[in-house]
Amino acid sequence: MVQLTDFQDLQRQAMADWESLHQDGRPIIMVGTATCGRSAGSLEVLDALRAATEKQEIDCHIFEVGCTGACYAEPLVYIIKPDQPAIVYGDVTPQLAPRLIQSYLIKDNPLPRYSIGTFGNGRIEGIPDLFSTPVFEPQARRALNRCGFIDPTSLEHYLANDGYTGVTKAFAIGPEQVIEEVKNAGLRGRGGAGFPTWRKWRFCRDAPSDQKYLICNADEGDPGAFMNRSLLEGDPHAVLEGMIIAGYALGASIGYIYCRAEYPLALERLRGAIKQAKEHGLLGDNILDSGFDFHIKIKEGAGAFVCGEETALIASIEGKRGMPTPRPPFPAVSGLWGKPTIINNVESLADVGLILQNGSDWFAEYGTEKSKGTKTIALVGKVKNTGLVEVPLGITLRELVFDIGGGAPDGKAFKAVQTGGPSGGCIPESLLDTPVDYDSLNAAGTIMGSGGVVVMDERTCMVDFARYFLDFAEKESCGKCVPCRLGTKQLLGILEDICAGNGRPGDIEMLEELGRGIKAGSLCGLGQTAPNPVLTTIRYFRDEYEAHIHEKRCPAGACKSLISYYINNDLCVGCTLCAQNCSTSAITGEFKGPHYIDQDICTQCGVCYTVCPKKANAVEIISPSLRL
Amino acid sequence: MEKIKLTIDGLEIEAEAGTSVLDAALANDIYIPHLCHHPDLKPVGACRLCGVDVNGRMEMSCLLPVREGLDVKTNSPEVGATRQVAIELLLADHPQGCLSCGASLQCELLHIADHIGVDGERIERLRRPSEPLPIDNSNPFFSFDPNKCVLCGICVRTCEDIVGLGVLDFVNRGSRTVIGTFGNEPFIDSICESCGECVVRCPVGSLAPKRWQRPSHEVQSTCVYCGVGCGIYLGVKGDQVVSVRADRERPSNQGSLCVKGRYGYNFINHKDRLTTPLIKKEGQFVEATWDEALDLVAEKFADYKGSEFAALASAKCTNEDNYLIQKFTRAVMQTNTVDHCARL
Ligand SMILES: Cc1cc2nc3c(=O)[nH]c(=O)nc-3n(C[C@H](O)[C@H](O)[C@H](O)COP(=O)(O)O)c2cc1C
Ligand code: SF4
Ligand code: SF4
Repeated sequence: MVQLTDFQDLQRQAMADWESLHQDGRPIIMVGTATCGRSAGSLEVLDALRAATEKQEIDCHIFEVGCTGACYAEPLVYIIKPDQPAIVYGDVTPQLAPRLIQSYLIKDNPLPRYSIGTFGNGRIEGIPDLFSTPVFEPQARRALNRCGFIDPTSLEHYLANDGYTGVTKAFAIGPEQVIEEVKNAGLRGRGGAGFPTWRKWRFCRDAPSDQKYLICNADEGDPGAFMNRSLLEGDPHAVLEGMIIAGYALGASIGYIYCRAEYPLALERLRGAIKQAKEHGLLGDNILDSGFDFHIKIKEGAGAFVCGEETALIASIEGKRGMPTPRPPFPAVSGLWGKPTIINNVESLADVGLILQNGSDWFAEYGTEKSKGTKTIALVGKVKNTGLVEVPLGITLRELVFDIGGGAPDGKAFKAVQTGGPSGGCIPESLLDTPVDYDSLNAAGTIMGSGGVVVMDERTCMVDFARYFLDFAEKESCGKCVPCRLGTKQLLGILEDICAGNGRPGDIEMLEELGRGIKAGSLCGLGQTAPNPVLTTIRYFRDEYEAHIHEKRCPAGACKSLISYYINNDLCVGCTLCAQNCSTSAITGEFKGPHYIDQDICTQCGVCYTVCPKKANAVEIISPSLRL
Repeated sequence: MEKIKLTIDGLEIEAEAGTSVLDAALANDIYIPHLCHHPDLKPVGACRLCGVDVNGRMEMSCLLPVREGLDVKTNSPEVGATRQVAIELLLADHPQGCLSCGASLQCELLHIADHIGVDGERIERLRRPSEPLPIDNSNPFFSFDPNKCVLCGICVRTCEDIVGLGVLDFVNRGSRTVIGTFGNEPFIDSICESCGECVVRCPVGSLAPKRWQRPSHEVQSTCVYCGVGCGIYLGVKGDQVVSVRADRERPSNQGSLCVKGRYGYNFINHKDRLTTPLIKKEGQFVEATWDEALDLVAEKFADYKGSEFAALASAKCTNEDNYLIQKFTRAVMQTNTVDHCARL
């Protein structure tokens, strides 16, 4: 058995090691190798850095770190020379890697043009302070505070950065006080609905039972969302710590992590962290001599969106088909194997760890009256700086999209923003000053959801956008209840018809009526929210629907059936690029002469529009289509 | 049992504690549309048709237990609108060949549509399903037409909770969800025992017997296949037996039947069926009376005793008959060599 004193020794050792890591005079090189980094080629960059330092015989520390959120600049490499701030290099290639070593480590030239910023003490000429740049300045990194700055495979790194002090604090104050602390912090669930975490815990703690369960919901099924994945990959112990504290507060001795199998790296990091925690007595029987037993099992999900819904998730763990069941009974009273069960989102649990480590007052420093703390957000779509951010609740959508996200790329105009993924709604420019908090977003017709934010620009057709999310909901509905299964199919069918120019008068009203019926009648949250993308786009962009139906016109020029590409021969310079690239040979024209598109052959692939040189800009999108 | 008083649509009714509002309403002749509810099965709240209004909130009446003083409205504008959407969605998705469907006269979907009242023009405005799915005709006794299926899940729950086999489950997701066997193989290649319990509970014509005629009247009887003595109703048309239905009141089967009892009734009117004993005379079987036959057996048995004799009893006999056979073997034939076909 591991005694509390052993743990304190371990903690001291970890801090001493962390200290010496930064003080032993050797440079530190960190490479972001979370999934976002890996898909941009960071493992090759890591190899190149290793090879370069060996070749140059540089004695340094090299390790992998998680995602800092600047996914737009992956692969990221961080180099820290003794007594210097860390320099963050973006878009590093295996070719650039040895140059960075050569130039910065050997010749002391930091190559500012490859750097996106520095952090830590001191400044470097020509490189901005990362956390003062527009992307980072409005952020408040708390749940993500270690992500990208520690080695996620190292328990020692975690321990040296306040790790597991939340657990020791919890054991010191007792379960009732833990619930009180979470209540005072004002934490609301980060998985979607924003239910006060303490209140759920209270129901479960008060439910009499010989066995209770805690489940960490790491299903993360929203398209475009990756906040939980990044956290699990970059700081897995933070989630385990939150689970131990939650299990202790509930009186649950078994915890499950339900994580989708499509997250292999997150699963690997979790397995490694669980092994370390067990070895050091942070998981198992009588944790740190507290008398509290807690065991964590991992259950891999097969990637069904509906399995993120609590009752479907429980069915899936029980080995059944992941289909929701009606509530009551609520899982807090009768959940997994019929026992009281609490399901909490990954981020909620990481927040629990922070609250116990730093106190509820600290946590509640950020946020609004009813939405406390910070929220991680996956910012995607038509914005310059896509990536993972963490903001204080209450920041406006405008700050999120324009300050942090940098607005729409390529000089396009911003059009709308969708929050809450397929369950959320679309918000137009006029409502951009809506604060990002649970209640304000609800009032605007959308939801916070788990934190996915998709930005759209003027080229996004709102009908097509609603169609995309309905296509998702229609495929992901579990098929159990009539309004959701058949209703999403009808909504999708009607939207497809409208996009294809086959919309009928009355379709908009039909969409609204069906949408209301589906919301009111569906059994679970999936169906109850599936019409939101349709209803909000109708609410804010009704004229686009009408243009499609009555004029067969797509105002955004996006719906292929309703547009034609047309070459404006006042502008055409006769470069022939379009004709060379057209896959159907629909374009005719001589070098330096005018070019024409045969509308009967054109398939509206849009290649001509893309390849036409900027200075000419001769290809135009016309709607309604010239073919009609 | 504790009695609870509640009000449904202004009518005060009484129900036993623990019953659902839907069951209480139905028992009092108040109809609330429902498709996935079956009295033999636990409620699941899937069809979303039985919603009722309780203080402005919609609750599924199949899942709502009766409470003292509960005031339920079965047709407030809100629940009415939601129900209307659900039934329209079901009808728009359903094949329109009711005239040629064997189930139309007992079809719950038609019954509900009739009760709610639907506007054909509104259904026309919805999108119809595209490609029909293939019908599974592999089982000799019943067919499965996934196009007619309303996915109430009654068959799934019947097989799991009543029969205890678990042959069926939902397969695929979203609007492609269908009822299927393991691996979505044809019924005949699954572990299905063809008992037909799911078929009799299917509220529409999706799971339907292949051979079926409406009888002119029914006769209460007992299944002759084995000693369980399941109660049945034989449906009769002229001098022919054309249907079999389980007796829900008979304690031995409580409404259930096996494949033989339910579907194996064509021997009754079969031309090859033996209706008198036959005695072999000069190499030829000749019709005889029961007295003649039994006399002959008794006469022949008299030649044997003890280890020269063995008896094999039949599962088609009643328990009482089987008891008599072992008594006869031991006491009269003086041997313990007696066995039963069900052990083989
Ligand atoms: C269709 C559907 C999908 C969901 N997917 C997720 C998910 O991927 N992750 C998650 O944490 N919560 C998801 N939820 C919300 C959960 O059901 C649940 O409310 C949440 O995990 C509770 O944790 P919290 O209180 O910490 O937010 C989903 C809900 C629905 C209806
Ligand atoms: S709302 Fe959709 S996902 Fe939820 S139970 Fe009904 S069919 Fe299944
Ligand atoms: S086959 Fe019949 S009983 Fe089974 S789900 Fe379909 S409609 Fe219901």
